[in-house]
Amino acid sequence: MTEKKDTNGYLDMELLRFTTAGSVDDGKSTLIGRLLYDSKSIFEDQIEAIEKAGRNQGKSEIDLALLTDGLRAEREQGITIDVAYRYFATPKRKFIIADTPGHIQYTRNMVTGASTANLAIILIDARNGVIEQTLRHAYIASLLQIPHIVVCINKMDLVDYDEAVYEKIKKQFESFAPKLEVRDIKFIPISALKGDNVVEPSENMPWYRGTTLMYLLENIYIKGDYNHTDARFPVQYVIRPQSEEFHDYRGYAGRIDGGIFKVGDKIKVFPSGLESKIKSIDTLNEKLDFAFAPQSVSITVEDDIDISRGDMIVKPDNLPVQSQDITAMISWFNERPLQVRGKYTLRHTTNEVKCIIQEVKFKMDINSMNKNTEDKEIKMNDIGKIKIKTAKPLFFDAYRKNRNTGSFILIDDITNETVGAGMIVTDKA
Amino acid sequence: MNNYHLNHLRELEAESIFVFREVAAQFDNPVILFSGGKDSIVMFHLARKAFYPAKVPIPLLHIDTGHNFEETIKFRDNLVEKYGVKLYVGSVQKTIDEGKVREETGYNASRNVLQTTTLLDAIEEHKFDAAMGGGRRDEEKARAKERFFSHRDEFGQWDPKNQRPELWNLFNGKKRMGEHFRVFPLSNWTELDVWQYIYMEDIEIPNLYFTHKREVFERDGVLLATAPFMTLKPNEKPEILDVRCRTIGDITNTGLTRSKADNLKDIIDEIAAERTTERGQRFDDKRSETAMEDRKKEGYF
Ligand SMILES: Nc1nc2c(ncn2[C@@H]2O[C@H](COP(=O)(O)OP(=O)(O)O)[C@@H](O)[C@H]2O)c(=O)[nH]1
Ligand SMILES: [Mg+2]
Repeated sequence: MTEKKDTNGYLDMELLRFTTAGSVDDGKSTLIGRLLYDSKSIFEDQIEAIEKAGRNQGKSEIDLALLTDGLRAEREQGITIDVAYRYFATPKRKFIIADTPGHIQYTRNMVTGASTANLAIILIDARNGVIEQTLRHAYIASLLQIPHIVVCINKMDLVDYDEAVYEKIKKQFESFAPKLEVRDIKFIPISALKGDNVVEPSENMPWYRGTTLMYLLENIYIKGDYNHTDARFPVQYVIRPQSEEFHDYRGYAGRIDGGIFKVGDKIKVFPSGLESKIKSIDTLNEKLDFAFAPQSVSITVEDDIDISRGDMIVKPDNLPVQSQDITAMISWFNERPLQVRGKYTLRHTTNEVKCIIQEVKFKMDINSMNKNTEDKEIKMNDIGKIKIKTAKPLFFDAYRKNRNTGSFILIDDITNETVGAGMIVTDKA
Repeated sequence: MNNYHLNHLRELEAESIFVFREVAAQFDNPVILFSGGKDSIVMFHLARKAFYPAKVPIPLLHIDTGHNFEETIKFRDNLVEKYGVKLYVGSVQKTIDEGKVREETGYNASRNVLQTTTLLDAIEEHKFDAAMGGGRRDEEKARAKERFFSHRDEFGQWDPKNQRPELWNLFNGKKRMGEHFRVFPLSNWTELDVWQYIYMEDIEIPNLYFTHKREVFERDGVLLATAPFMTLKPNEKPEILDVRCRTIGDITNTGLTRSKADNLKDIIDEIAAERTTERGQRFDDKRSETAMEDRKKEGYF
């Protein structure tokens, strides 16, 4: 899309969403504080506020972690208890950070933060090297199919900026990386506290030839992160103005979850199987010739066919899987364990169906990455592979192929809580 | 492939439109909280986009403290008329008159906290099941943990420790009778994004945002407008300055910025160079570091 206005280039800015993972005290909050501080994204009144809060806690120098540790309970306990979102921008990109806590009991927060991220920063304390938690974080990043991973080996100042320490940790990580499904892994030695290799290149580590973290965040190629191959349009809402001007207008509104749709394209609608052609793609500003993921548009079709929320518009030569039998990896969020034979509401794209859990295939031992087929009870913060039967067919892709049409949540019908997040596995992928 | 890429504002726009449509689909009786400030104006613009070419099917609710800039009310009424949307007004004055809350006294008296009661009453009276607000996560630390779809119990309260996980673009708006949701379509926008977007889209905003001459006085480092219901301390001297609003709210706590910016480009340059947050200019947030969190738990915007 081209924009006409003179705007100092900010209309060419891209959006990058990233998440941070690490164990407690590895320096996540400090790193985020450092990124914000060194990129001058922190305002004077915020600095004043954290200086004051620091003084109340009896600290002398400014504690960057306080910038992100927001809620009162966290302040008091000095930990991050829930996903917090942070924002900053450079002339190149706008960044959205999902700051997620590292405690074992909060796996659900990392999964949540990871679900929308293009990139994950995994922090390792240089003094501790790769620990169980690191494996857990790397596994979750891979399970959630975050396209890019940056392993930051932090607190290099506490190991004399020693190259050997960095190399050893890098090798440790690489030794289990083949078990993961990650396309892009990079390593950077940093000190979040002192600022080495975060925004400014480190003078203390001349042996490191790579880029700073900020350079990477600003330049890593993300245009390929959306699926522009498989056209998928879940219908979200039907627009019927019933005005004189738009008398018979029926617009199918939604957000494109994959691929590209052009005016004149042949389309097929699930579940009816009916076919038609795209007549127009409408937005308030203009009529479009084509639209692509992740745009929100309204589509009209040539023929008068019945289409409603929860249906999916695709192209006849590239179909999603249609089935009532779903196999998926599930991440469990609730104190009440997953009930085999239990019934839940499953929300997938804009579709909602009842489902029953048929079987737990295995529970993942995330720390060793082994499959446990003995103890198969999926409790809070567990991850496992399950089989589900839905009351009506879903139209989906493997999560690996499309993060939107391959994901779902489970809702408890009594409490209405979101109890689990699923990533669909198919035979092919 | 280069063609198939959105800039950051278009991507935020697509996300917000998605949220609007999701609200229209998942709730029976949603409402848009409209203050007349730039965030609610941008929200309404996004709502128009979400439902085009139909009219916005969601009514507006203005919680009126009675302490308004005149221009805000005019702007609101024009917008309602122009786009044919329904407007509800919840009056803080009425809440006070009914004896449900007591007006603060003293120099820093503000009706800001009182709005919560009026808002919850309006939600209950009209049986709104989703109230859409222009809150952004970049505004304040307590908001940084807020969900797009934020569940409220039957007392309208927020439990920050027990929020529903929110993954991908799957929003769970299920609730029991009497409960409601607060929904924040602008969650991922920053102040600068909002301004850039207003410029990019040529969105009409009240003149208060541009430079104008106004009688103001300084209190604790913040410039406030003089008004009949504001009592000046003996040492506070009103003077006429070139100012503009960075946020528009209740007159008693809307800080003004000295500025000669008379167009959006200049405003954007000013914001980009700013060294304080817009909330820093809100009088009420200065009260304590966790002021916002405490108010939000009670059911504030
Ligand atoms: N020496 C040193 N200390 C660090 C570094 N990064 C973080 N810390 C300290 O480690 C402690 C935990 O940091 P914090 O950011 O709160 O960790 P989080 O629990 O991962 O958010 C704090 O005392 C930080 O000052 C670093 O690069 N070097
Ligand atoms: Mg932390």
